[in-house]
Amino acid sequence: MSTRSWAMFATVVLAAGIAGCSSTKLTDPKAQAPVETRTPLATAPGGGAAGSTAPATTAPTRPQSQVATVDLARSSAGAATAGAAAPSQRVVLFDYDSFVIKDEYQALVDGHAKSLVGNRVRRMVIEGHTDERGGREYNLALGQRRAESVLKAMELLGVPTNQLEAVSFGEERAAAAGQDEAAWARNRRAELKDR
Amino acid sequence: MPQNPHRNSFNAPRRRLLAGVGAVVAWPAAAQFRIEVAGVGARQIPITIAGFRDQDKAGVAVSDIVRADLERSGLFRASPAGTALDERSTVVLADWRARGADALLAGSVTRLSDGRFDVRYKLWDAVKNEEVLGQSKVVPAADLRLAAHRVADEVHQRLTGEPGVNATRIAYVLRTGRRFSLHITDADGEGGQVAVASPEPIISPAWSPDGRRLAYVSFETQKAVVWVQDLGTGERRMVANFRGSNSAPAWSPDGTQLAVALSRDGLTQLFTLPVAGGAPQRVTSSQSIDTEPVFSPDGRRLYFVSDRGGGPQVYRVPSSGGAVERVSFAGNYNISPALSPDGRLLAFITRQGNAFRLMTMDLDGGTATPLTETADDESPSFAPNGRLLVYATRTQGQDVLMTTTLDGRIKTRLLSSGADMREPAWGPYGR
Repeated sequence: MSTRSWAMFATVVLAAGIAGCSSTKLTDPKAQAPVETRTPLATAPGGGAAGSTAPATTAPTRPQSQVATVDLARSSAGAATAGAAAPSQRVVLFDYDSFVIKDEYQALVDGHAKSLVGNRVRRMVIEGHTDERGGREYNLALGQRRAESVLKAMELLGVPTNQLEAVSFGEERAAAAGQDEAAWARNRRAELKDR
Repeated sequence: MPQNPHRNSFNAPRRRLLAGVGAVVAWPAAAQFRIEVAGVGARQIPITIAGFRDQDKAGVAVSDIVRADLERSGLFRASPAGTALDERSTVVLADWRARGADALLAGSVTRLSDGRFDVRYKLWDAVKNEEVLGQSKVVPAADLRLAAHRVADEVHQRLTGEPGVNATRIAYVLRTGRRFSLHITDADGEGGQVAVASPEPIISPAWSPDGRRLAYVSFETQKAVVWVQDLGTGERRMVANFRGSNSAPAWSPDGTQLAVALSRDGLTQLFTLPVAGGAPQRVTSSQSIDTEPVFSPDGRRLYFVSDRGGGPQVYRVPSSGGAVERVSFAGNYNISPALSPDGRLLAFITRQGNAFRLMTMDLDGGTATPLTETADDESPSFAPNGRLLVYATRTQGQDVLMTTTLDGRIKTRLLSSGADMREPAWGPYGR
């Protein structure tokens, strides 16, 4: 569904206002036979439930329990871009709880830095990742620190900041499944991706 | 007791709703928080609950929902009436007392001419031999479960003196294969609806204080961005999309500000920004990771996680910035702080060896108390009455949600087949 249709639907629902869950005390003698102004629903057939199907021409009362669903898989952006695995020479692996770039990856970082310096329109995103142990938000920050440490190394090699962005997926996008050190070691990484 | 008496009849209109707005979303597996560990020694109030007259015609077994709600609190032992009763019945309380009931609940569900339903009930105290509560609730069909939860909360409040949380909601993230969805359920785990479905991860949902919006982190643009979404309309917008990662949203108690963790200047640091839009204001300036902020109930402080001392620990800082104080001391890894609504209790996750465990700590200088025996606890969140916590953990290779009382005695588990549940956030009283 397009953003515009969503906006239209939102407008319809907003216009409908909010349904009341009115409560009346039965123990109050005056309220033994509660007198209340009841607003008839615009969509009478089938009762309130049918009202929540929200045909575009009427303005149903919105139940307080209703949650509108946004399905991002149906919008064009963002879907299915993560498919292809990055080539191994674009992955820097890190030790546990560390964001230090090991010597064996210096040449890799060097090579990408040179190619960026040589092509000022080329831009690169560095994605930091962690293994699954620990909290999601703290891991997001740890992954960010790994990505930043690669970014800093490239800046020191002369790559202008505006050609680079460091981001993190934390533990959310594991390269290897499994709950052992072999899998964890492959997941503690930074991926260098062309943008 | 029927496990899910209303499921089939109730989901039908919601399916039509989704079709009506053109979104086809995988429906969540039916689930309910079920009692996993029942503490010994807890005093339980014996209550007799009559099936509400004509509730079968409404398609929602209101009295069964009330009964399940009360039993889940661990404070009630419910029994059926065995005879037809409603709120207008004349009852001889001495007879019910003789049968072991301290309280008696009866009611009815009547369809009105405008399509809505009138849920009426009466509660009698058989010990004091008097009628103590009587209410009428007029709701659309889609709010019948909500009405049942409100009945349970009113009974809970009247008989225990403490507010119940059955009419509140819980948000969590469900992962099925490579699909992620942000779910909103009633506090009993049922009535689930999807707020967002995405092929990319969603983490860290946070409720606005009025219960109408959620802030969360979505990776749909291939990086962590903070979004705010109106639950009723589905309207959503980016509120923090700066260079680097944008994460860990927390609402100020007045609902006007969000505290967030931003890496736009390199290291992940704390900022506040107006929900309505505006420039972020930096709160911390450290050479370390500062993340997972939560506001104190008075809005004056932020509790957060920082590794400025080596490993991650909980600290606090004035929400406009200033002197930072360390809060957690035991252990070398303490993360994910949550504050009780009265601001006196801190819940957090500690690492003990290879285990990550839910703890609470009295902020007036108490020691930390473990609440679980599990090893993969994450993301604690307090119920708005401060008596329960919901958290994520792992059992038999699956991510599940659990609730626990603050003494750890009564635990419930939300089950879902074939999907991982995580990142729970307990909503406020309002919706």
